[in-house]
Amino acid sequence: MKSSEKIIEKLILTSAIVAAVSVALITIFIFQSGLPVLSEYGLLNFIFGETWKPTNGVYGILPLIVGTLSVTLGALIIGIPTGISCAIFLTEILPPKAAKLFQSAIELLAGIPSVAYGFFGLVVLVPAIRNFIVPLAQRINPDINPTGFSVLAGAIILAIMILPTIVSMSQNAIVSVPVEFREASLALGASKRETISKVILPAAKSGIFSSIILGMGRAIGETMAVLLITGNMPKMPGNPLDSAATLTGTIAMEMSYAGPTHQQALFAIGIILFVIIMLLNIIAQLMMKRLGGASQ
Amino acid sequence: MSRALVRDEGVAKKKTVKDSIFYGGIGVLAGLTLVSLVTIIGFILIKGLPNIDIAFLTEDPKAMGKEGGIFSIIIGTIYVTAVAIIIALPIGTAAAIYFSEYAKGGKGVKIIRFFTEVLAGIPSIIFGLFGFSFFVVFLGLGWSVLSGGLTLSLMVLPTLIRATEESLKTVPVSYREGSLSLGATKWQTIVKVILPCCKSGILTGLILGIGRAIGETAAVMLTIGGSLRVAASLFDSTRTMALHLYMLASEGFSEEKTYATAALLIIIVMLINMAANMVTSKVGKVEK
Repeated sequence: MKSSEKIIEKLILTSAIVAAVSVALITIFIFQSGLPVLSEYGLLNFIFGETWKPTNGVYGILPLIVGTLSVTLGALIIGIPTGISCAIFLTEILPPKAAKLFQSAIELLAGIPSVAYGFFGLVVLVPAIRNFIVPLAQRINPDINPTGFSVLAGAIILAIMILPTIVSMSQNAIVSVPVEFREASLALGASKRETISKVILPAAKSGIFSSIILGMGRAIGETMAVLLITGNMPKMPGNPLDSAATLTGTIAMEMSYAGPTHQQALFAIGIILFVIIMLLNIIAQLMMKRLGGASQ
Repeated sequence: MSRALVRDEGVAKKKTVKDSIFYGGIGVLAGLTLVSLVTIIGFILIKGLPNIDIAFLTEDPKAMGKEGGIFSIIIGTIYVTAVAIIIALPIGTAAAIYFSEYAKGGKGVKIIRFFTEVLAGIPSIIFGLFGFSFFVVFLGLGWSVLSGGLTLSLMVLPTLIRATEESLKTVPVSYREGSLSLGATKWQTIVKVILPCCKSGILTGLILGIGRAIGETAAVMLTIGGSLRVAASLFDSTRTMALHLYMLASEGFSEEKTYATAALLIIIVMLINMAANMVTSKVGKVEK
């Protein structure tokens, strides 16, 4: 009896380690496949190289990094105010029953597969930008990219995709602000609006901030949606209507036909992406831990 | 007196303007969120539903998906998802049991837990690259149902662990003490007392995991090949609905089939999420 329990305990421990071992394996295999190109080409040349022409053996990913960052930045500019507004709306303004409905709507957004977002962007957003925004922009700058496949399209779709992350975590942060803060502020004669903007939001700021960092990580790592709508042109975007290629989109699109060295270069992009996402996740986790410590 | 009244009104008015900008802004942004949700789902369903019929569901695709249905692709989706869940469910449940019942909170446990969190944050294209270099090439499984299923099993693992662990936490300590004091061993307590209490937590994790596996594209794209035929074995190449949607959308083959595939995918994923919500709310009621 006792020995069988021991075996079971070992099995359970093994299962618990599987996730950690997979992370190790993922790290090893991505780095092993990508490092040859990095060491041959030089990390700095790879990251700051301004030309990505894999068919000619030129591997500079700066345009891809700039592409990813501009789409992400756009998504954050749209997503942060919208997400925080939704969180305030849910916790402070809507009556509980309506809040519950609104919340399940946002959960629904989280469940839609990214390829479906991309498809929607492709058939609705890109043509809308082409037909309505491009003509306006052409009055100012006639050389503007007329296709609609753009940083702007990517940013809008990504903003919708990261909303659930920002809303649910900001909401948790707002709910966990002690009631006394609220009562004290109201008792001092502050209005509800003043209480929300001057007491509750500042008190919840580290939770809100970590939600933004996680949302940023999601935007940087997202593949299918941006692949379908940003145009995948590996050049520096000069304005929001320019097309752009992202780190993720380039990997996904070029893996199918890449030769051996090109494939290694794509894995090297994977390394860069992996490192960026890890850093963001660690920052978010540290911030949440600090938040947990403060509220206890 | 009239002056005081005017001043009061003045202050009140100033406040309402600020208030209405504040509340108006929040309302508009929250409204936009709802509008975009309704637009995305509504648009795809309205354009797609009329193109879904029995033939679409039961015929194999012809001419690269331009004509015919998506039967072989539905089968491919079920195979890949089933492999992922069959592998991830026992491991995830056992891992959750470890964290909640066995782990004593040492440094080692903290590290394992940290890496489990890390696994959840890895973007799907990285899983795809890993699945390609490890399962497809290194283990020699080729582009296959098995490679895709194994890759997805790693992706859904954190979801399963989290959901199960959350529900294990809700089982009162007194249940454990009661069982142990009656002479049951730790394992007997877990199997006969604790796990039955969190059936629905495990079920929620399972449903969410299935939803994630079905909707996933980037990881699957680099690991399952994309063949349109029904896979005859685990080592055959196949295609899932999400991947099929991407292929159709990027090639611009057939608008009808693309909308129909997108609508079907969204309906399935929404049903799955609703099922998960129903299970969760049922648990809440039972406990209260």
